[in-house]
Amino acid sequence: MSTTSDAVTSHTSDEMMAVAAARALSGRQRVFVGIGLPSTAANLARRTHAPDLVLIYESGALGSKPDRLPASIGDGVLAETADAVISVPEVFNYWLQPGRIDVGFLGAAQLDRFGNINTTVIGGDYHHPKVRLPGAGGAPEIAASCREVYVVVRQSSRSFVERVDFVTSFGHGRGKGDRERLGLRGAGPTLVITDLGVFRPDPETSELVLTDVHEGVAVDDVRAATGWDLAVAPDLGRTPPPTDQELTALRALKEASK
Amino acid sequence: MAEIGTLADAIGELVADGDVVALEGFTHLIPTAAGQEIIRQGRRELTLVRMTPDIVYDQLIGAGCARKLVFSWGGNPGVGSLHRFRDAVQNSWPVPLEIEEHSHAGMANRYVAGASGLPFAVLRGYVGTDLPAVTTSIKSITCPFTGEELTAVPALNPDVTVVHAQRADRNGNVQLWGLLGVQKEAVLAARRSLVTVEEVVDELTPVPGAIVLPSWAVTRVAVVPGGAHPSYAQGYSERDNAYYAAWDPISRDRDEFGRWLEQIREAA
Repeated sequence: MSTTSDAVTSHTSDEMMAVAAARALSGRQRVFVGIGLPSTAANLARRTHAPDLVLIYESGALGSKPDRLPASIGDGVLAETADAVISVPEVFNYWLQPGRIDVGFLGAAQLDRFGNINTTVIGGDYHHPKVRLPGAGGAPEIAASCREVYVVVRQSSRSFVERVDFVTSFGHGRGKGDRERLGLRGAGPTLVITDLGVFRPDPETSELVLTDVHEGVAVDDVRAATGWDLAVAPDLGRTPPPTDQELTALRALKEASK
Repeated sequence: MAEIGTLADAIGELVADGDVVALEGFTHLIPTAAGQEIIRQGRRELTLVRMTPDIVYDQLIGAGCARKLVFSWGGNPGVGSLHRFRDAVQNSWPVPLEIEEHSHAGMANRYVAGASGLPFAVLRGYVGTDLPAVTTSIKSITCPFTGEELTAVPALNPDVTVVHAQRADRNGNVQLWGLLGVQKEAVLAARRSLVTVEEVVDELTPVPGAIVLPSWAVTRVAVVPGGAHPSYAQGYSERDNAYYAAWDPISRDRDEFGRWLEQIREAA
């Protein structure tokens, strides 16, 4: 985690990532939230520019308004502050599957150049993996059925790979048209936010392209943390650093959950 | 009618070696005490089923109670990995662990099919992922009305489902509220069921969002206050976040885990 001092207030790269991810929810209405970075970002969005954002957690909390960051998707604060508490089959069958949710907000252990996500196994083969990860959870169907998917992940050449070892959640497959061929209804990953920058799929090829770098990050830093030959958008943007208001809100959320 | 008795008697009578056992609870109302009683009674060769195997399944797996795990997400929520689970998958320690891996949507629908008396469930799921290649219980099916390709998963019908709830009345009717997870479906899908509860009361007064499992749909009830620790029972206890963090170093080390196991076995 690095710290930059030239911003309005000094901030960490993780804070920059959370703020950038929260900003991305601007104009979105209903978001299916994974725990960890996605939950931090979605709650920050609610505390800053998107007070009416509807947060849906797979544990069955529909429209949660937690006043602190939940420790897990089953944290009691999610149910106590929800518009409705529903069973898990209902979450997936009635709310996710028919396409009622705008954004699925996911994390990843590995992400590849076409936005496919691995949270299952790394190295070896499936039955004899080098590292056994927790597995799919709700992600495969979130990635399939939400109108769009945002991925938030700390970036390194180990997490950003040419090809994931296991496709837990389908992104853009091996390129343009794969989702349509499989009959997937949502647009898939339209945005990937890391601690270094922001990536979007190329409209022609669906390959992830660096479209923005965060304040204080060089394109070469991003290349070094990418496991494929990274394409960079010609009109590369620069993420504005967190404002004082954003940082204050983020730190208050984190403080409240201690 | 559900008989109200002790946890040890209920586990002794309901759970046999080789059974398919589901201890459900979606981060809330996790029947941890019942899982530890299974360890204490030394059950073996179990097929453990659960959407979100967490600490109590790590304990059962590390204790060598399981030969197979059917699941969709196995981790220590908010902390990281389950190291006894990883050791079993990566190194077959203490015994080999077969896995049958699904997604949450698939597992939830498998319980719904089981509770509904149907052989399988249909969903839009798994498409494009590598899961169907490694899990034989995920199949493609054509809709007879539209011709659309969908996914079928088989019903789950555990021999025994164990859940934890806030309370029961003296007739064994069970009431639970807060995050409901998939407990109702898991109980109704099972051949036998055990519900551990925080307390038995004279009357189940209404609580917002509560569901009731009628006594005749439950086999046994056992009063186990705090039986969901380190998870929580809304209205009775708070989630013990420190325990989840403290489990990590115990789970990482076979010897540490062995010492933990001795304590559990001695605490009758």
